[in-house]
Amino acid sequence: MKISRPDVEHVAMLARLELTEPEIEMFTEQLNSILEYAALLEQLNTDGVSPTAHVLPLHNVLREDVTQPSLEQERALMNAPDAENGFFRVPRIV
Amino acid sequence: MAWEDRYEMVCGVETHVELATKTKIFCGCSTEFGGEQNTHVCPVCLGMPGVLPVLNREVVHLAIKAGLALNCEIAAFSKFDRKNYYYPDLPKNYQTSQYDLPICGKGWVTIETEGGTKEIGITRAHMEEDAGKLVHSGETIMSSDESYVDYNRTGVPLLEIVSEPDMRSIPEVLAYLEQLVQILQYTEVSDCRLEQGSVRFDVNLSLRRQGAAGFGIRTETKNLNSFSSVRRCLEYETERQAQVLDDGGQVRQETRTWDEGKGITLALRTKEEAHDYRYFPEPDLVPLVIERAWVDKIRSTLPELPAQRLSRYRELGLSDYDAGVLVAAKPLADFFDRALAHFPQAKVLVNWVTGDFLRLLNANQHSIADSRISPEQFAELMGLIDQGVISGKIGKNVLEEMYLTGKDPSLIVKEKNLAQISDEGTLLGIVEEVLAANPRSVEDFRAGKEKAIGFLVGQVMKATKGQGNPGLVNRLLREKMT
Repeated sequence: MKISRPDVEHVAMLARLELTEPEIEMFTEQLNSILEYAALLEQLNTDGVSPTAHVLPLHNVLREDVTQPSLEQERALMNAPDAENGFFRVPRIV
Repeated sequence: MAWEDRYEMVCGVETHVELATKTKIFCGCSTEFGGEQNTHVCPVCLGMPGVLPVLNREVVHLAIKAGLALNCEIAAFSKFDRKNYYYPDLPKNYQTSQYDLPICGKGWVTIETEGGTKEIGITRAHMEEDAGKLVHSGETIMSSDESYVDYNRTGVPLLEIVSEPDMRSIPEVLAYLEQLVQILQYTEVSDCRLEQGSVRFDVNLSLRRQGAAGFGIRTETKNLNSFSSVRRCLEYETERQAQVLDDGGQVRQETRTWDEGKGITLALRTKEEAHDYRYFPEPDLVPLVIERAWVDKIRSTLPELPAQRLSRYRELGLSDYDAGVLVAAKPLADFFDRALAHFPQAKVLVNWVTGDFLRLLNANQHSIADSRISPEQFAELMGLIDQGVISGKIGKNVLEEMYLTGKDPSLIVKEKNLAQISDEGTLLGIVEEVLAANPRSVEDFRAGKEKAIGFLVGQVMKATKGQGNPGLVNRLLREKMT
């Protein structure tokens, strides 16, 4: 699979990144070489190997449904760039 | 000409239902509704860097329970995935959801409409987290310069239940939604408080020519939060699509939003649609392996489901209407069942429960939980009437008194001296007085006017303040006049 310029522009848009022309060039090239490298894996024979859902050999890590203390409102908002009346304030969405 | 003459509708519904847990899906914050903004939040649900989610066991339990009640296959292996999109109601910039290995697979729900019974297929049901709540500064999202965010809801556990496109009419869709909500309430998977937004529906709709085999192009209208919104939305959207097709056009495949005030659906701008969710397996959560024993244990806790209860009530001889009224309100049906255990005359009981009792509750704007009358007391009242201790008419007064005071009916009857007069000697004296005072009616009766007896019974009842045993009064009057 080859990554094209429109692919890079699309992914940048989804990630809300504004890229310059030289950056689009550079990332198209870099992403392609990353994919080429990863494509090495396709040489492995994976017949009879089930898909990996997680790299850790663990399952069913669960907690009980018991309430824990939450943050106080003031602390919850401490890192907010902008807040008002206990709400996070965010710029225009669309 | 109505569109139904030319087109058939095809509809499937995605239902998001809040699971009845105490805490959120991945952290110990409370799920309680109505807390002050941003007070049920912690570093996990605020998406702070470096935090790790831990899955709530009860979420898995309730999801399996719902799946079993919806006849779904329960997955032996299931995992979570990230659904990526940028929106400020989602502090992590992705929603933790399930993509290709949902906890519940195919199932079905049986619905009843005027057209008969029908199975509506369930495609799947999966666990996910709810997003936060946005308040816009302007009137609409488009006219707002800024928005305010409350993350209390973020991380509240949801089950998304996806139906097959099996519904062919608006009554079928409504029957499916009602049946689904009843099942979720009966199993206590969710309290389904629609007015608090704990159930939301996305409706997929297309039309096709009557008799056509393939499907038309569909639209998806998102975030409907009541049965009446779904009905109105479908009424509007079917007409709109029929108009487009009649004009020789093509329906655009798009996501639409419902404007409750105007009663119309509107296309969302494509920029607001982020269909490119780039799902990938959630690395912060390990998979679920669901042992058969766990599923079987949950299966054994399933209560009687609404459809089973409905058929049991019909077997007891209740009318479809009465059975439906009870089943639609689980607490009322539970009350009925408990009273029935002490007074096993279902038809008599249901008249009182769905009649006078429900009327009292409605008049006082009470739910059954607010009532001071226990099912046992209710059964006792039924017994007093059945045994002739009090008449049905007096019974209504006693019920009202019970409703106000919570006292036992036998105590009220005793305190107010309401017991029916069934002593022949006592009644005979009154009967003779009434006959002596009304010679005209006696003459009429003897001349064959059967109606005259009604008047005489009324006079005796009046003299006994309604406490005369009506059957006995009737018999004594007849005996004296013949």
